[in-house]
Amino acid sequence: MEILKTAVAGTLESSDCLVTIEPARSGLQLDLESAVMQQYGRRIAEVAMETLDRLNVQNARVSIVDKGALDCTIKARVECAAMRAADHEGRVNWGGVIR
Amino acid sequence: MTNPNKYRLRRTMMFLNCQKPGLIKDPYIYKPDSIMLDLEDAVAEREKDAARYSLYHALQEIDYRGVERVVRINGLDTDLWREDVRCAVAGGCDSIRIPKTETADDVRTVEYAIAEAEREFRRPEGSVLLMAALESARGVINAMSICDSSERLFGIALSGGDYSKDLQISISGTGVEFMGARQHMIIAARAAKVQCFDTVWTNLNDMAGFRKEVEIIHSMGFDGKSIVNPRQIPVVHEIYTPKEKDIIFAEKVIKEIDQKKAMGIGVFTVDGKMIDIAFYDGAKRTIALAKASGVYKGDL
Amino acid sequence: MINAVGRDIPDEILEITGKEPFQGNFYLDDKPMTKVGPTIRPIMNNKKSKLVASIREALIKCEAHDGMTVSFHHHFRDGDLIVNMVMKEIHDMGFKDITICATSLGKAHDPLVPMIEDGTITRIESSGVRGRIGEAISQGKLQGLAIMRSHGGRVRALTTGEAHVDIAFIGAPTSDDYGNLRGIGGKADCGVLSYAIVDGNHADHCVAITDCLVPYPNFPAHISQTKVDYVCVVDEIGVPSKIASGAAKPTTDQRKLLMAQYCTDVVVNTPWFKDGFSYQTGVGGASIASTQYLAEIMRDRNIHMGFGVGGLTKAMCQLLDDGMARVMLDVQDFDLDAVHNLKNVNHHRIPAGVYANPLNKGAVVNKLDYVVLASLEVDVHFNCNVVVGSDGMITGAQGGHPDTAQGAKCAIVICPLLQGRIPAICTDVTTVTTPGESIDVVVTDYGVAVNPARQDILQALREADCVPLRTIEELRDTAYSIVGEPDKVEFEDRIVGIIEARDGTIIDVVRQIKEIKQPAVYKKKGRRRANG
Repeated sequence: MEILKTAVAGTLESSDCLVTIEPARSGLQLDLESAVMQQYGRRIAEVAMETLDRLNVQNARVSIVDKGALDCTIKARVECAAMRAADHEGRVNWGGVIR
Repeated sequence: MTNPNKYRLRRTMMFLNCQKPGLIKDPYIYKPDSIMLDLEDAVAEREKDAARYSLYHALQEIDYRGVERVVRINGLDTDLWREDVRCAVAGGCDSIRIPKTETADDVRTVEYAIAEAEREFRRPEGSVLLMAALESARGVINAMSICDSSERLFGIALSGGDYSKDLQISISGTGVEFMGARQHMIIAARAAKVQCFDTVWTNLNDMAGFRKEVEIIHSMGFDGKSIVNPRQIPVVHEIYTPKEKDIIFAEKVIKEIDQKKAMGIGVFTVDGKMIDIAFYDGAKRTIALAKASGVYKGDL
Repeated sequence: MINAVGRDIPDEILEITGKEPFQGNFYLDDKPMTKVGPTIRPIMNNKKSKLVASIREALIKCEAHDGMTVSFHHHFRDGDLIVNMVMKEIHDMGFKDITICATSLGKAHDPLVPMIEDGTITRIESSGVRGRIGEAISQGKLQGLAIMRSHGGRVRALTTGEAHVDIAFIGAPTSDDYGNLRGIGGKADCGVLSYAIVDGNHADHCVAITDCLVPYPNFPAHISQTKVDYVCVVDEIGVPSKIASGAAKPTTDQRKLLMAQYCTDVVVNTPWFKDGFSYQTGVGGASIASTQYLAEIMRDRNIHMGFGVGGLTKAMCQLLDDGMARVMLDVQDFDLDAVHNLKNVNHHRIPAGVYANPLNKGAVVNKLDYVVLASLEVDVHFNCNVVVGSDGMITGAQGGHPDTAQGAKCAIVICPLLQGRIPAICTDVTTVTTPGESIDVVVTDYGVAVNPARQDILQALREADCVPLRTIEELRDTAYSIVGEPDKVEFEDRIVGIIEARDGTIIDVVRQIKEIKQPAVYKKKGRRRANG
């Protein structure tokens, strides 16, 4: 999936996270800030990277500011930001790349 | 075959904005009978896509512990609802709520999309149920045909906000403006053997008014009420808890009819009075409610 | 050495402090102990005035010196102006290596951080620390050790001489010119001076600071003229709006109300809930709601509370006014209703030692039937942590938690299962501050767990079938299934503080936090580039 423009998804409310995706020339970079960095930082990064992998996002700069979101929210926000950044419209492949 | 969940208990259906992770992560601790994950009015226009991703993963990953998961899709007048249906069905929702339902055809249109999504996402045919929200004068007038429109449809709900606008009145808090709609809908629902749900009460500071309204709709025969805050749940459940004397009576009715029927006798008496077979279903409902309320520990 | 709650207390710490590791709740029961008294300067000269013009003058007259220990009480809570006022003077006079022995320190005292950084303050003894001082200690900025001790533990430490105060500074809402101090009246009305009474008894020097000088004699005095060396009048000792700020509005949060309901169900279905029962609770939304639910049931069943104790709130005082409680024993007032309620003849002030000192001849907490507490974390051994956040940062206070939990027949901890993503019910608490043997019931929004050591309570609740009973392990597993098992927080080796058990043994240590970089950066090469 090609990241064409900068896009944002999520909020800074408790139990949510704010994900920003920007185009990058090569490779993936994830900057993670979290209120629960010590206990869950590793896990959040893992979930985000797996999600980007499923979406086949190879070149992007991703930033996540996490306020204690569960894994399902991290996935949903990363997917939403990526889809927006890739100008995706129409049917979503539920259960395929989104799972 | 009828979906076994079609007639499950639905005293409380709590509205939750799909776009708020803090709300959808564990509403089951408040023990509503159903939650209604909203993609429609609660979600801002530019967050419709975000709400779907949240919904899909919530349905997939959060264990709602037996609470029914109803998804409210966007209206049929939008270009959003078809994808809403795909997302909800793929995620594994139990039911879909159609907003602003006006005709039986509206229900059938959504039913068709659901069936298609069930095939696409390999869910058993008929596994997703339907309910219709009536939000206009036309919808309320068509209640009967809407109730009869689909085998999947388990009930209809009054949506007071839009309905009152359509009637060109404002909500008084006394319920007088809803009298006709409520009475009409409950009769239609009973005639079609589906359930009927009342509209939300939004003034959280007036818990006494809320209680009064729940008492009214309970005595009118509504199966339950839409809920906007978990604080309202215990009130509804309390009012829907059968009284002890009703439970004892229901127990006697069921036992008497079961026993006499087994012996081939067609005349039933409880406490020395003759009773009709028509008491049977009501008695069953009373026991089911008593069980859900945790006040029945008997063997029925 | 591994102590009775399984925590490793390094030998060097035992050596430096001369303390023993925690051995269990009743280790010092019935063991002989000797009390020590202060060294004082008698005032026989009837011409001598106790009034001083400034805090500086008081410091000079009390022979302030490098390395001294000064003490404070926290009855003014977040509205306290005394600590900063005195410490500024000490700092300006150039004293170093000061120990602060406070009953508690909070956000109001953030301005002390630079004094920790420049070596003015090198040791802190307190029931806990909130705000930036807590962060500074966790970051290793304090040169010496921080000692966290409960309200009862502090009285014990001063009584045994383990802690020694050179100069006590006692903020007093009213005082006369000869140092009769009262907690009531004046501009900074806080009701009681319970936590400071031990300072009057055991500090070498005692300076009263007031903004309301009243004619002699200011009677009945809460702290007597016989304990006070000097009286200093200043413009302002506290910010009234922040002193009695704890009056939590009745909560409308259904999660808290749910826990309050469970808590009340536990209380009314256990054997001690009968006429004359005793009860203590806190200021949180759930505690207050639970007290209100309890009041309804007390009325229905015509059951009266024998006594209520603790930091008091409107909800508790209402019981007294309504005749539903016989006596209130007061060590602190969280709201103005509680302050004003002191007019009720059955509302009595008690000193912190009477309330909770473990090493006297029996404190009030020993007579408690129920205490309702909160906790940052509870582990599967029922150990509680109320001082160190799950991220390793010092952020709370023991207060009377360990004292009341040990004393009460039924100690109930209310704690939501999850704080954001952090599981509050966990395998091991970050730091043990109250031992599991003191905790009997844990109430969460997901169910109620009873300490298996309390089969009597478990049986009573099973029979009543009133709350969803879970094992503590089930609660932990539920939490982990929702949020995932947390990684262990990493600490530096350096120990920055110790947590004292009530009796002065060491129940746990607090280590310096590892600074973590935010944002953390993760990188992955693009496939195109990797292929090329």
